Amino acid sequence: MAQAFDARAQQTLLASRVEQALALAEKLGADAAEVGASVDQGVEVSVRLGEVETVELSRDQGIAITVYVGQRKGSASSTDAGEDSIRATVEKALAIARYTSEDPASGLADAELMATDLPDLEVHYPWALSTEEAVSLALECERAGRDVEGITQSEGASLSTGEGVRVYANSHGFVGTQRGSRHSLSCMLIAEDENGMQRDFAYTTARDPGALSAPADVGREAAQRTLRRLGAKRPATGSFPVLFDPSLASGLVGHLMGALAGGALYRQASFLCDRLGTPLFPEWFSLEERPMEPGATASSPFDADGVQTRNNRFIAEGKVASYMLSTYSARRLKMETTGNAGGARNLRINAPLQTPEALLEQMGCGVWVTELMGQGVNGVTGDYSRGATGFWVEDGKVQYPIEEFTIAGNLEQMFANLAGIGNDVDTRGSIHTGSWLINDMTVAGN
Amino acid sequence: MTQLDQAASMLLTPGGLDLDSLDTGLSHAMGAGIDYADLYFQRTWQEGWVLEDGEVKEASYNIDGGVGVRSLAGEKTGFAYSNQITADALVDTGKTASGIVRSGTRLAGQAVRPVSAALCYPDIDPLAGLSADDKVAMLKLADRVARAADTRVSQVSASLSGTYEVVLVRASDGTLAADIRPLVRFNVSVIAAHNGRRERGSAGGGGRYSMAKLRDAGVAERYAKEAVRQALVNLEAVDAPAGQMPVVLGAGWPGILLHEAVGHGLEGDFNRKGSSAFAGKMGQRVAAKGVTVVDDATLADCRGSLSVDDEGTPGQRTPLIEDGILTGYMQDKLNARLMGMAPTGNARRESYAHMPMPRMTNTLMMAGQDEPSDIIKSVKRGLYAVSFGGGQVDITSGKFVFSASEAYLIEDGVITAPVKGATLIGNGPEAMGQVSMIGHDMALDTGIGVCGKEGQGVPVGVGQPTLKLDELTVGGTQS
Repeated sequence: MAQAFDARAQQTLLASRVEQALALAEKLGADAAEVGASVDQGVEVSVRLGEVETVELSRDQGIAITVYVGQRKGSASSTDAGEDSIRATVEKALAIARYTSEDPASGLADAELMATDLPDLEVHYPWALSTEEAVSLALECERAGRDVEGITQSEGASLSTGEGVRVYANSHGFVGTQRGSRHSLSCMLIAEDENGMQRDFAYTTARDPGALSAPADVGREAAQRTLRRLGAKRPATGSFPVLFDPSLASGLVGHLMGALAGGALYRQASFLCDRLGTPLFPEWFSLEERPMEPGATASSPFDADGVQTRNNRFIAEGKVASYMLSTYSARRLKMETTGNAGGARNLRINAPLQTPEALLEQMGCGVWVTELMGQGVNGVTGDYSRGATGFWVEDGKVQYPIEEFTIAGNLEQMFANLAGIGNDVDTRGSIHTGSWLINDMTVAGN
Repeated sequence: MTQLDQAASMLLTPGGLDLDSLDTGLSHAMGAGIDYADLYFQRTWQEGWVLEDGEVKEASYNIDGGVGVRSLAGEKTGFAYSNQITADALVDTGKTASGIVRSGTRLAGQAVRPVSAALCYPDIDPLAGLSADDKVAMLKLADRVARAADTRVSQVSASLSGTYEVVLVRASDGTLAADIRPLVRFNVSVIAAHNGRRERGSAGGGGRYSMAKLRDAGVAERYAKEAVRQALVNLEAVDAPAGQMPVVLGAGWPGILLHEAVGHGLEGDFNRKGSSAFAGKMGQRVAAKGVTVVDDATLADCRGSLSVDDEGTPGQRTPLIEDGILTGYMQDKLNARLMGMAPTGNARRESYAHMPMPRMTNTLMMAGQDEPSDIIKSVKRGLYAVSFGGGQVDITSGKFVFSASEAYLIEDGVITAPVKGATLIGNGPEAMGQVSMIGHDMALDTGIGVCGKEGQGVPVGVGQPTLKLDELTVGGTQS
């Protein structure tokens, strides 16, 4: 690309900047401080109808400083990492800390919790790819999709590749560094029939470029996903089982984790307040976190507080086994941190898995949902109502595409009504899961 | 000092540049085969104060700035940006952006033509003029008012945020424009608990003015009361109905219907590419008679307003649908040129690190003749929705959703029980054809909207009168 990214040199540079910021914070009156700094560089090319459409080079940097004066806290950040700017940022954070209130829960995590096991988790795979090569991969992807009969228009294909370094340090003397990469290829196509146009997309993403799907496969998958939507009808209104595609089932896990997050719990803004140890899912379902898994999407040996990450078990045999806590939210709840400042890292489901065909068979008559729209999830009550697109299923067989309907329920009941999980596991994101079959949801259509 | 001089002194001077040196900077982006290039300089100072448990325990300050450089050749765009605003950075980013094509004629940039535009908001730093103590006091007032309003209120959080943004655009077509954009917002969110049930209520607003004006307008008290009222309504809410029924939308913020159902579909890029459900429908009926929709960047002090857009084009009032007929698209320079149309001042970008594209500003439906109470009376069984969370649209199929956060049943022409939030779903062109009554009570939202497109968020406004749609699908649980 334009400039090579020397991750090792960047790491050294960032480490010296955070040291400088910490030293300055203490010199200017902070009792404790923590600093995060990052540099990311990447390229994204997009093509449309066989031609290059955009070539975009990105290079982002930033430094974020939090200071503690007694139990008061102030934060400031900047995208300018020059020496003057670091000083101004520290000063601003300290100025803010003069106006914030004492908070007994504030402050760094306890020193003895700082991560000491800091292995290389193999998440950095630079891709020495020229712009021309990137364009050619995107073109190959789009061409394969457009070659499929019935595809009438294209929103294009795009390839992005990026890598970055982040450093977190605090005045306990902890310094954690992480180098990482992410590469993606996606394609969106359009087909048309007498009822109008439909579009859909496919993508592949990985830390290691060698793990990406073949460009032509991504293009063809986008074409197939688009074509299968043509001729969609509206389903009848009623109560039916719903099969969630793996990419949507991971969203349900996301809603669960949002409700188990300490920040939602201490604010009483979760439908899972006071539910520790109580049943939520069927007994055959467990949910675990594997933050140290080599090469995985969200792997890190330390969390956003510098605390050692660990293998958490959030749901054990159907029961709520652990909340997801940072240092601050744990103190608010009078509990211990679970090493989850910054969220959950690599969630894995432990449950018996079935083939998608077996799930359809079990469902009998209902809807298979392949896309959801809107933000109709209430984390306080668990009420769930979202726009959907998918397929009508009868006698365990897919009948025809359906669109312009909603599915609704309450997350607590939906989790209790989980009837099966597929072996069609989507491993592209931080949450790995197959399809979920959930009984007894309300479908609103005609 | 003019806005241009002010912007130049804040953006260019620190890195050793001035307005005259931008010609040289631009020449790197106008490489062989490039037919248009622009430099976008920006700095933002952002401040946020958060109250929880009756105390302001957290506040943050962020400084961002840099230059984005774009080179266009036909439908091709090369783009690069830098955190540094220096001559060296302009060479690097310019050469990178113009590398999108490697051959062709090298065009000279046109002579500088400073853009003059009417100011749609004051050119001030909105963060100044209110002391830190005043900011903390404002948040604490919201907390006290909310807690005093009802004993069922169990949690109160409030936030005050502001952004001071300064931009300067220099383009090869001669454009030289600057804009100083204040933006502030105050928000209150409460949880009310009763008999083992918990519900949230929230309210907020703001616009392009100072934090001092926000305080003087009494927003802390107003939004605290409004958030409590909404939470208490929701504590009584019953399950929402499921299926097709008439829907009455309240005035103001429910205008996100327009934003999702028609607005995105009328952005120039989707229509140039033929991927919008509205593509090729110019001059045709796309909504019921009486429906007039405009995008208006010139409304005084509104959250979505722009004196000049992010390409330096003055903000405008652009008619989109007039009495049901499609009459206009929203355009940036690239799409306008490729479609043989004029730019409409709708080029927007999240920051210097993002490429501009056609986006909405404030999107409104004009008032009609109907009495709002008559609109309610006309419904035998339906839904009256007055507040919404967010929405989304698939511009190709035209399917859109938006999620109600406060709604009521209408039974025999009377508003009865509050119902739980539900997603409403429809098809843009069809839904606009279902509009059968339009109130005379056109209102703007309070200034809370953020629109997302291709990963870029920008502040927007919406507005509409009370509106009846004869049939929309309501996604409740009671079938």
